[in-house]
Amino acid sequence: MNWFEKLLPTRIRTETNTKKSIPEGLWTKCGGCSAVLYRTELERNSDVCMKCGHHHRIGARRRLDLFLDETDREEIGAELEPIDILKFKDSKKYKDRLTQSQKSTEETDALIAMKGKLKGMPLTAVAFEFSFMGGSMGSVVGERFVRAANISLEERIPMVCFSASGGARMQEALFSLMQMAKTSAVLAKMSKEGIPFISVMTDPTMGGVSASFAMLGDVNVAEPNALIGFAGPRVIEQTVRETLPEGFQRSEFLLEHGAIDMIVSRLELRDRLANLLAMLGNKTLQS
Amino acid sequence: MRFLDFEQPIAELEAKIEELRNVSSDNELNINDEITRLEGKSSALIDQIFSKLNAWQISQLARHPQRPYTLDYIDQIFTDFEELHGDRAYADDAAIVGGVARLDDKPVMVIGQQKGRDTKEKVKRNFGMPRPEGYRKAMRLMKMAERFKMPILTFIDTPGAYPGIGAEERGQSEAIARNLFVMSELRTPIICTVIGEGGSGGALAIGVGDRILMLQYSTYSVISPEGCASILWKSAEKASDAAEALGLTSTRLRELGLIDRIIEEPRGAAHRDPAQIASSVKLALLEELEVLQGLDMESLLKQRYERLMGFGRYNERS
Repeated sequence: MNWFEKLLPTRIRTETNTKKSIPEGLWTKCGGCSAVLYRTELERNSDVCMKCGHHHRIGARRRLDLFLDETDREEIGAELEPIDILKFKDSKKYKDRLTQSQKSTEETDALIAMKGKLKGMPLTAVAFEFSFMGGSMGSVVGERFVRAANISLEERIPMVCFSASGGARMQEALFSLMQMAKTSAVLAKMSKEGIPFISVMTDPTMGGVSASFAMLGDVNVAEPNALIGFAGPRVIEQTVRETLPEGFQRSEFLLEHGAIDMIVSRLELRDRLANLLAMLGNKTLQS
Repeated sequence: MRFLDFEQPIAELEAKIEELRNVSSDNELNINDEITRLEGKSSALIDQIFSKLNAWQISQLARHPQRPYTLDYIDQIFTDFEELHGDRAYADDAAIVGGVARLDDKPVMVIGQQKGRDTKEKVKRNFGMPRPEGYRKAMRLMKMAERFKMPILTFIDTPGAYPGIGAEERGQSEAIARNLFVMSELRTPIICTVIGEGGSGGALAIGVGDRILMLQYSTYSVISPEGCASILWKSAEKASDAAEALGLTSTRLRELGLIDRIIEEPRGAAHRDPAQIASSVKLALLEELEVLQGLDMESLLKQRYERLMGFGRYNERS
């Protein structure tokens, strides 16, 4: 209530209350073009702005839900839970940060792994939950990634990873750094066995995640305009003391510099990845 | 000798000893006695101070401007070193040096980050912060080592991979990732030794191997204490707290099972006796190499893989 409303007699104040009765989140503003969009319609469009094509960030479950066939889904490594091995405490305890993230996201950690199907083709798919501590990679993220990869290895089925992460999780210190080596090693094994791995980088894919499995796809894909890089733009700006070029570390920049194979709209991801995986696995795609 | 803040009492005492040495006097005997007494006192003082160093003090020692760097170790430990340059694609990155050399007659591949001593050298070496071409050179040399059946010995000493525009343009992430990928299955023994700063992904990119050794006062961390402090504490001044929380010291990492062996440093840290630390490093390398070379290739690779898969601590609900 502001100072003006406080001055008003209660009878006249009721207007504020009627405002509250409008359902919240019915309308939403596009993060790209600021257009006001009808929430339901935006959701139906996979959270891609109908006006400008801006890809809004989406959570891990929704990501996998949009990507996988509706049937035969099975979660991998849901039984794994993070622990505070170092009793890490900054301005807040790691333990408390975990509890808080677990409450707000209803997830146990920042990566969800599943076995499922894409247009009838069995595969494993993992996706980052960016709202869980910035999608940071700790022990559970690394282990879930490896378990999904191991199922791909055992059953000789492809793996797809959707990254959205700020990098390694500082609160697990060197354990988190080692997840880079761990995840890269399992991909080396898959590569040797001829099992396809497709990496889809979404906004943002930075640091230790970018510098390990995210860049190791047989095919590297990015969603439009995603921020992808090793060092954060602010760190680079402070180091080199010059303004960064327009579009620096965005998907289009990476494509131009040869780091990724293609930029694919979220609306076409299922079709394009199914097409690719069918060819890599020498299969005909079910129509 | 340059002294860090916490070494000031040692600095004062040693200055006094130096002063006495320069005094020309008739009763030299007495002065020599006094010098011996003070030297004993100085050793005791060093032991006392160094017995309770905190993580932040160790971080400073790891970056000590006089600390031996990769080329110093190459010079002292190996013979017949031939430096090999370039990634064959873009440039030669002077922040990473590498080449073939002999370790007690046996050919090995040596690779390490290199920092500079004076300003000109520091700039040339980019303060030990490699760019993608550095990691790609390292990978080229490692694959070459595999072809010629040479063990790979890496020396880690970097604040981290260089955060620059060109580095991003040329694929810093991919260069690091590719090394992790390739090193996990190289068919030759790999020993990695952290000699100074083990700075994050930039260190790990030459840090995947069969044995990970650390010098006593070196550090290995996912992020620098300053970086961590400015993100989590919102103040770079909390670096000391961050260093403690990150557990980046050799003893802590050994306890956590993340490294295999600590190489003890001379009294007052490596820079006080470069010859002695070099011989300790050499001994450790020879011992570890002997064990690794006793394994057949499949067991070696299996052990390396299992070690990698074993990284991480979590709960598993039944």
